[in-house]
Amino acid sequence: MPATTPRVLTDEMIEEIRALFPRYPTRRAVTLPALHIVHQRLRHVPLQAVVEIAELLELAPAEVQDTLTFYGFFKQNQPHGRTRLWVCRSISCFLRGSDEVLRHICRRTGVQPGQTTPDGRLTIEEAECLGACEFAPCALANDALWKCLTPEEADRLLKTLK
Amino acid sequence: MDDFEPVLLANIGVENSHELRVYESRGGYQTLRRAVREKTPQELVELVKASGLRGRGGAGFPTGLKWTFLDKKSRPIYFCLNADESEPGTFNNRILMEEDPHQVLEGLILSCYATESSVAYIYMRYEYPTAWQRMGRAVQECYEAGLLGQRVAGSDYSLDVYLHRGAGAYICGEETGLIESLEGKRAWPRIKPPFPAVEGLFRKPTVVNNVETVACVKHIVERGADWFRSIGVPPDPNNPRDPGSFGPKLYCLSGHVNRPGCYEAPLGITVRELIDRMGQGVWKGRQAKAVVPGGISMGFLSGEELDCPLDFNGPGRYGCLGLGTAAVVVIDDQTSMIDVLYNSCRFFAHESCGQCTPCREGTAWAYNILKRIKAGRGRLVDLDLLLGLADSMGIIPGTTICGLADGAAWPIKNAIRKFRDEFETYIRQTNPTGYQRTDPVPAMELSESCR
Ligand SMILES: Cc1cc2nc3c(=O)[nH]c(=O)nc-3n(C[C@H](O)[C@H](O)[C@H](O)COP(=O)(O)O)c2cc1C
Ligand code: SF4
Ligand code: FES
Repeated sequence: MPATTPRVLTDEMIEEIRALFPRYPTRRAVTLPALHIVHQRLRHVPLQAVVEIAELLELAPAEVQDTLTFYGFFKQNQPHGRTRLWVCRSISCFLRGSDEVLRHICRRTGVQPGQTTPDGRLTIEEAECLGACEFAPCALANDALWKCLTPEEADRLLKTLK
Repeated sequence: MDDFEPVLLANIGVENSHELRVYESRGGYQTLRRAVREKTPQELVELVKASGLRGRGGAGFPTGLKWTFLDKKSRPIYFCLNADESEPGTFNNRILMEEDPHQVLEGLILSCYATESSVAYIYMRYEYPTAWQRMGRAVQECYEAGLLGQRVAGSDYSLDVYLHRGAGAYICGEETGLIESLEGKRAWPRIKPPFPAVEGLFRKPTVVNNVETVACVKHIVERGADWFRSIGVPPDPNNPRDPGSFGPKLYCLSGHVNRPGCYEAPLGITVRELIDRMGQGVWKGRQAKAVVPGGISMGFLSGEELDCPLDFNGPGRYGCLGLGTAAVVVIDDQTSMIDVLYNSCRFFAHESCGQCTPCREGTAWAYNILKRIKAGRGRLVDLDLLLGLADSMGIIPGTTICGLADGAAWPIKNAIRKFRDEFETYIRQTNPTGYQRTDPVPAMELSESCR
C-alpha cells in the first residue's frame, strides 16, 4: 500500500470503536460494531477503512474483509445515497403488492434496486422480511418505517427525500 | 379461550409503555427483586422446567432442560438473547422490544440469574431501529436503577447486558450462526455437538434464547409453573416424548386477512379461529387457498386444513415442518401458488450461508427452476426434480449443518404435494409445446434463468 493513502477513520470513530473493547473478551468481536460505526458515517466501508479497522482490532485486513463481504448490508465501492430505502419483497409484503410498489419506485426514480440516483439522494434496495408484516407492504427509509405502501404513498415517501 | 387473559401483551397500548417509570408503576421488576432475594438459580431452573416452557424461537426445545445442559465448571457463562427475528411473517419480538422492552429485560435478567450468566448480549437484527433505540435506552435505565451491573437489585449477583447489531443476514438467527457472527466472523453455523451449552460464544458455555421465551420466563417466575401449565395443550398421551405445548403464545397474522397483527392466545388455537376471530376473516370476502403456519420455513397448509391447531405438534400432523415462529400468513384463492413458491425459493437462495453444498446449490437450483417455470418454460418433470431436490437437503436427511435447508425444502414439498394440479396446469398452459419434454434443458435457457 502506498504510504500516501490518506487515512479514513477519524479520531472520533477510533475512539468510538475502542470504547467497545471492554464489552468483549476478543477484539475480533468488535468487527461488526466497527464496520457499523464506519458505515454509518461514510455510508460505505472503503478498503482503506478495512485496513485501519484491522489494525485497531489486531486482525489481518482479509479477516475484516471476509466478514464485511458476508453481510450484504455493507457497501464498499461507493457510498449509498443519503436515504437508503429497503423495500420488502418477502411473502407477506409480496401478497399485498410489494412488486407493484417497487416497480413504481424504480420507474419514478429511474434507478434499479442496488443503484443510487445520480443526485445521491436515494439508494433503492430489495429487502427480505423487515419484521413488520402487519403493515405489508412496507419499506424502511433509513430509520423510518413506511407502512401499508401503495404507489401513491410511495410518491409521498419520495417527496420527503432530502 | 374466552376467559384467556393476555399477559405478554398486557402493557401494550399503555401510554409510554416502554419507559421504566411506566413499567414499574404497573408492578414491573417486582418479580426480579423478589426472585434474586428469595430464590436460588437452581430453584428457578426447576421452576422453568416444571412449567414445560418450550423455546419460542422456532425449534420448541424445552427451555429449562436446555439450561441444565450448561457446563457449570467452565466460566464465564454467556447468555445470547436472540433478537435477530427474520423469519418471513414474524414480528412479535419487534413488538415486545419496541413496546415493552422492560418486560423483555426483566425476563432476560431472570433467565441470566437462573443460568448464572454474567454477561448477556442482545443480538438484534439491523432492521429494527426503533427496537434498537428503545432496548438501548431500557438497558441504560436498568443500570441507573441498579437492576444491572454490580449487585443486581441489591443482591450478590452481577450482570452486564450489551446490545449487538446484526447486518442483514437471516442466518444470524440460527444459534451458532449468531455466535459466530457475534465473534466477528461470517455467520457460518457450527456443527453440533458441541452444543453451545458446553462450548458456545468465545468457546464458553452459552445459552441462546428467543426474546419471547425470556418474556415467558418473567411470567412463570411471577405466576408459577401451574399457572403456565393451565394454558395450552397437555402432552399427547400416545407420544411419551411429547412435553406438551403450554403457555400463551404470540401469533403473528399477516397476508390476506382483514386485520393483520400480533395476537396473544393459548397455544393450540386453530388456524381458523385465528383467522376468523382475531384477523376478522380473509380479506375481500375471499377464501384461504393456503396458509403458512409458522413462518415460511414451515411450509403450507391447504385451505382444507384450517382446523390445524397451532401447538408444537399440530402443523407437523398436517405435513408441515412444525410450529416454527407461529407466524401465520394467509394466502387467498386469487393467488398463484407458483408465485408464492417462487417467492419462498428466492428467499432461501438469497439467505443460504453457502457453507453446505446441498443447501447452497439446492436453494440456488430450486430458485432457478421456479424462475424457469414462472417464465413459461416449465416441464412436468421439473416437479419431481424439485421434490427430489427438496428431499435431499436438510438436517432431516442428514446432509446439512443447520436447519435453514429444511426450511427451504418444506415449502417446496408442501406446495408441490398439496397443489400439484395447479402446478401441472400452469406448466401445460404456459408451455404448450414443451411441457412434456424430458431432455436436458438447453444451456442457454439455464444461464438465462440463472441470472
Ligand atoms: C435458519 C434459522 C434461523 C433462525 N432464526 C431465528 C431467529 O431469528 N430468532 C430465534 O429466536 N431463533 C431462530 N432460530 C432458532 C435458533 O437456532 C434457536 O433454536 C433459538 O434461538 C433458541 O431459542 P429458544 O429456545 O428460546 O427458542 C433459527 C434457526 C434456524 C435454523
Ligand atoms: S444448511 Fe445452508 S444455511 Fe445452514 S449452514 Fe449449511 S449452507 Fe449454511
Ligand atoms: S414480509 Fe415484508 S415485512 Fe415481513
